[in-house]
Amino acid sequence: MPDGALPVLDVRDLKTVFKTRSGEVHAVNSVTFDVKPGELLGVVGESGSGKSVTMMSLIGLLPSPPADVKDGQVLFDGQDLLKINPNDLRHVRGGEIGFVFQDPMTSLNPVFNVGFQITEPLRIHMGMNKKQARARAVELLELVGIPDAARRLKDFPHQFSGGMRQRVMIAIALACDPKVLIADEPTTALDVTIQAQIIELIKELREKLGMAIIWITHDLGVIAGIADRVMVMYGGQVVEQAPVRELFGNPQHPYTRALLQTIPSVRGARAEKLNVIEGQPPILGAAPEACPFRDRCPNRFERCDRENPLRRPVGAAGHDAACHYDFTTGGPHAG
Amino acid sequence: MLDDAKPPQTRPLVAVDNLKMHFPIYGGLLRRRTGEVKAVDGISFDIFEGETLGLVGESGCGKSTVGRALLRLYELTDGTVKIDDYDIAHASPEALRKMRPTMQMIFQDPQASLNPRMTVADIIGEPLREHDAGSKLEREDRVLELMDQVGLNRDFANRYPHEFSGGQRQRIGIARALALNPKFIVCDEPIAALDVSIQAQVVNLLEELQDSLGLTYLFISHDLSMVRHIADRVAVMYLGRIVELAPREDIYAEPLHPYTIALLSAVPEPDPSIDAKVERVILTGDVPSPSNPPEGCNFCTRCPSVMDVCRRVEPTFQELRPGRYVACHLFEDTANNTSESAANGAG
Repeated sequence: MPDGALPVLDVRDLKTVFKTRSGEVHAVNSVTFDVKPGELLGVVGESGSGKSVTMMSLIGLLPSPPADVKDGQVLFDGQDLLKINPNDLRHVRGGEIGFVFQDPMTSLNPVFNVGFQITEPLRIHMGMNKKQARARAVELLELVGIPDAARRLKDFPHQFSGGMRQRVMIAIALACDPKVLIADEPTTALDVTIQAQIIELIKELREKLGMAIIWITHDLGVIAGIADRVMVMYGGQVVEQAPVRELFGNPQHPYTRALLQTIPSVRGARAEKLNVIEGQPPILGAAPEACPFRDRCPNRFERCDRENPLRRPVGAAGHDAACHYDFTTGGPHAG
Repeated sequence: MLDDAKPPQTRPLVAVDNLKMHFPIYGGLLRRRTGEVKAVDGISFDIFEGETLGLVGESGCGKSTVGRALLRLYELTDGTVKIDDYDIAHASPEALRKMRPTMQMIFQDPQASLNPRMTVADIIGEPLREHDAGSKLEREDRVLELMDQVGLNRDFANRYPHEFSGGQRQRIGIARALALNPKFIVCDEPIAALDVSIQAQVVNLLEELQDSLGLTYLFISHDLSMVRHIADRVAVMYLGRIVELAPREDIYAEPLHPYTIALLSAVPEPDPSIDAKVERVILTGDVPSPSNPPEGCNFCTRCPSVMDVCRRVEPTFQELRPGRYVACHLFEDTANNTSESAANGAG
């Protein structure tokens, strides 16, 4: 990971609100993060933690209404993606920022063959003609490890297996040489042996192409194996962020600590009883005025009920956590 | 938990012998039978009283079909399933109905397996009504008792499933399965639809219930780390067959079948310091279609240590050491004491 490089994507104070009949739902609350060129940022959180909504807000993929990206800046390539006009945003999306979704069956169009779907961004974003686009499509399918690429361009999505479909999705996302690839749970719908194949593929592609990757997942195991840096989300906000080894070795937010203890492993010592995070994740509603984790937190004290903690530097360089409790002193943070 | 205290000599509560479940494929203009999907193709195993047998495998390997066939939710193609020494595979409908209370099921998706128009009390009480268990008052008491047992608030008895979170819905499904005091419960991916922090809650609940009620589980899952936590013995399935069956510690410490080795190595490791040491076996290709399985060993198309014989002869599922079963030619040679040269020569 190149240190000190300027971030390729810089998100500041992003706020997304959904307007529903039963009031506003604050799905993303002041989320700030950046990704450096060539870096792999892992985003971890449970369902409803706001990880997908964050990524969809920053490239304008949420239907509005009901969604409203209220506040914040998304700096990419010297421009604020929240301010530029929709046409320019279209060129960024699918062009310089690629997207891979969780379920390859629902994100590929079943009535067009795979060749059409790969060449579409090439023709639109890169202005290639049919022949050039086709040649590039074959190249891309070979890049993602699909055998007999030229012939398979004519095949439809249902003729591919789950793992192969996800490879097609990756090929489409990579079509225009993106600077940032956003992968939203790209391996969740796949079997473990196929997941291992896709992870290997992404690792290889990253070395070859050098793009930055944002990898959203709920699986800490996947993140541990590939990420440079990890961001943990809970209740619509970032609760902790650190380089991968630091996060797993020295977690500083009670949620991260609890999460790491609840997951069993197939290796190492086996726990007699699984640790449990009691209670349920919060139901998002109005903007939080207290810590979203407080009802499930073992370290809760009076301040947690009246003030939502801001992220503050903890532990090693590049590590921050949003918690009033200081694990190094075993008491509240000063100030 | 039953860990070390697991009595080795308890009797098998469930005995499965040569279970086959083939589903017909109809095709052509006249919808004639054109082939069959061999979802489960001749598997045998026992589940001992009070233990948890973990059944793992990738999607499409037939593990859910095994679970359903064991409760005779399907008409079996072949084989016998004995629960409590009673052959349910050939039982008459009346006899089967009498057996039903002893064997229950917990489903994967609590959203889909609970009727949205029934209240929680109705859902949990339905098995009691079906099997005429007690008067109305007794049934109501039993429902509340069950709700306590699975950690649901009694005050919510008249609410509907949609008012509950995923983890709580799964508790409703568990309470329903427990209603008739079963001995044997098939848990079909009971935690797959839940968030990580909720999974542990449900797994702990299942373990507590097993301890207090002496339940026997078949725990079907694709999550190998959770199975390691809950199961006493583990069976690994691939394309309709069991390739390996062994006590939990043995299979995780020293997997024998090449598929088990690859499967375990593919599981992501949440500890980066251990992850760096993991040697991954990345399998190439996909699982073949169960309607057209390869000749010989099912795994021969993806096996890293494939030999000539694997493409011709189907390996037998044999007990290599006490309690350790494996179906692989790599071990047949040594077991038959022929010579190791066959394996070496072809490898």
